[in-house]
Amino acid sequence: MPKDELKELHLVGTRPDRPDGLDKVTGRARYGADISAPGMLWAAVVRSPHAHARILKIDSTKAEALDGVKAVVTRADFPTGLTGEDWNLQENTMAGEVALYDGHAVAAVAATSALIAQEAARLIEVDYEVLPHVTDVDDAIKPDAPAIRPGAADASVPEGMPPNVVRYIEFGHGDVAAGFDDADLVMEKSYKTEATHQGYIEPHACLGQLGEDGRGEMWVCTQGHWFIRRMCTAVLGIEAAQLRVTPSEIGGGFGGKTTIFMEPLSLALSRKAGGRPVKLVMSRSEVLRATGPTASASMDVKIGMKKDGSITAGRAEFRMQGGAFPDAPVDMALYCAFAGYKMPAVEHIGYDVLANRPKCAAYRAPGSPMGAFAVESLVDEMSRDLGLDPIDVRLKNAVVEGDRASYGPKFGSIGLVECLEAAKAHPNLQAPLGPNQGRGVACGYWFNHGGETSVSMAISEDGTAQVSIGTPDIGGLRASIALMTAETLGIPYEDVRVNVVETGALGVNEPTHGSRATFASGLGAVEAARQAIGEMCKRAANEWGIDAEAVEWVDGAAQPAGPNAGKFPPMTIAEIAGKMGSTGGPISGHHESVPEGVGASFGTHVVDVEVDPETGRTTILRYLVVQDAGRAIHPSYVEGQYQGGAAQGIGWALNEEYVYGEDGRLQNPIFLDYRVPVASDLPMIDTVIVEVPNPGHPYGVRGVGETGITPPLPAIANAIHAATGARMRHLPMTPAKVLAALKA
Amino acid sequence: MVAVNLWSSLTRFTDGARVVEIEATTVAEVLNGLVTAYPGLAPIIEGGVSVVIDGDVASGRHTPVAPENEVFLMQRLKGG
Repeated sequence: MPKDELKELHLVGTRPDRPDGLDKVTGRARYGADISAPGMLWAAVVRSPHAHARILKIDSTKAEALDGVKAVVTRADFPTGLTGEDWNLQENTMAGEVALYDGHAVAAVAATSALIAQEAARLIEVDYEVLPHVTDVDDAIKPDAPAIRPGAADASVPEGMPPNVVRYIEFGHGDVAAGFDDADLVMEKSYKTEATHQGYIEPHACLGQLGEDGRGEMWVCTQGHWFIRRMCTAVLGIEAAQLRVTPSEIGGGFGGKTTIFMEPLSLALSRKAGGRPVKLVMSRSEVLRATGPTASASMDVKIGMKKDGSITAGRAEFRMQGGAFPDAPVDMALYCAFAGYKMPAVEHIGYDVLANRPKCAAYRAPGSPMGAFAVESLVDEMSRDLGLDPIDVRLKNAVVEGDRASYGPKFGSIGLVECLEAAKAHPNLQAPLGPNQGRGVACGYWFNHGGETSVSMAISEDGTAQVSIGTPDIGGLRASIALMTAETLGIPYEDVRVNVVETGALGVNEPTHGSRATFASGLGAVEAARQAIGEMCKRAANEWGIDAEAVEWVDGAAQPAGPNAGKFPPMTIAEIAGKMGSTGGPISGHHESVPEGVGASFGTHVVDVEVDPETGRTTILRYLVVQDAGRAIHPSYVEGQYQGGAAQGIGWALNEEYVYGEDGRLQNPIFLDYRVPVASDLPMIDTVIVEVPNPGHPYGVRGVGETGITPPLPAIANAIHAATGARMRHLPMTPAKVLAALKA
Repeated sequence: MVAVNLWSSLTRFTDGARVVEIEATTVAEVLNGLVTAYPGLAPIIEGGVSVVIDGDVASGRHTPVAPENEVFLMQRLKGG
């Protein structure tokens, strides 16, 4: 959409009240654990205390004898013969012959109370044969590492690779060797990032019910209930349409709630307990031990640069472990690593490596933060060595529309240069810095995603509208959909109610992931509204006795399209809706698609830190997020996404990590020891919304949910270097590590 | 014929070629044609890939493709 057309919008770009605000502040909103049902049982899960162990025997005799216990399930209660990702999901839900990580489920029990279920779980006796384990990615890729799942490698892995390499990728273009020869400065460094958890406040929770007839219900906290349906039915061997899944309100997901972890257990227990509903709520410890953190990474990056800052060539070799199952986001990390730069020559190599850790899940721009940490750190280091301003170096090499991306295709409309220029002009860059203080800059990128989308909209008898969407509202979706629908229909924002509906009410929807929901469900809502407008114009034309083509829709009313169409007063949406029962029946609109025209999003972050030379503690003094939103439908939510992404990235950079002991057990499975940033750790995070409209969306939307977590890792490392002279190449940059670097 | 750009580790299935010519008018014909010409690619393609046409991820198998389009095969794109 052209920029001047965007200026004529009345509602898009405003900041109305949040439709879910009152429910959330009064406790009326119902989250996963808030759902109960008559006759409900409670479930508890028995988990492996070993990182790698053969399951010799499971004896549930004592547990089943306990008064109140109604069902026990093990892997023997699940169907056999699954393959590929379905097998991975089943194996992760409940271990088969071997427990693959500390926390891996091996049995589950349902009882009449939570306490009885927990006691019964303690009474289930499991005999293990402990096997050698490996948790570190660099150890796991060694040729003599314990082989975790022989035969798990896919066809991409050439013969002769170490046993835990399960996927391999190489891509690039240009003459990399010649590019390095052409450079004035060539540097190669190695970097590591540790696994971090999405850290959503609401633990996983569900209520499942499955009868012997194979028909079931599930209420669940999820980012995508059609994914839950597909995965649960695959794991349990039942028909998809027989399971109706209703999403609860959701207390955060960040990618970690796009898949299943324990949901099929409630259904399996219910089926065994005569169809009684079974509630399963994870503790925080279970969340950290057994649900998807992101991958940990070990990365080598080499860059060639001219004295003027021009990049001549780059090379990245990344190794990532995503737990005991394939799918660490090493491919996405490589795609994003050099994405902001014009690369005359570039080479990427990636290894997806198994380790005895929980199955990784998506986490906000999966892979991109790791790649950015490595590349943006090295670009900063080289810029400083050459005496160049780090923003100017990025501007010199920044990709623009039509440039070939480092990963191959050419970019469409993008706003990286606009972000860099907005950052450069921001007052934060003029703020004076004191002793032990430093400023760091970095950029980040995420593709964004379209995905299967189904939306329905119905006009009510009074001219208000209700929109049914299938993408759970994690970060303001209902407000954004209401704004776009109201804008299109020409009615007040308050006249639109948006409902996130269950799987029986719409066609298949992918989850709220890939920064797609405002883009894709928004596009669907606009198209559905346009369809309804077409019908309303037709109803008005019939009343007036003119052709429907001679009617136009303006400000929420049908009116003759010009003087030749006839003289009739505008017919409002309320007037048309009030008569719809006698003029042809209900008026609605629907849209189903896998939308193309996804707009990628770049961002630039600038951070000022102060490092205490006595303790090594890093304090964030100022933080600026600049990011291209295409068009901010509800700017407050967009700013919230920017701030939330930055806060999570700050945690990843400074504090968060999965710490494993020599025994392969997770040492910090509670929030006291796994430290996410809290409000007192952070300043108010400043935001600038850059708007380079995405031509692929009716209101110019780009996804904004993910890019914001990418730049903080390198930006903070760069700031610490500026403050102290110490270059940190291994996250998190804890006080102990920083202090050690200062003393080195 | 449509020129399809592959990621370089696939060249061991395509006799070393990083760009291969496929007779195709849709994404489905691109993918089927790749498997027919280079059967070693079958498990990779069946495992899930994204087809990018002129910088935009194709929405499905019926998306049209023409010789003047720039076509890239990429790992399946996803998000959090």
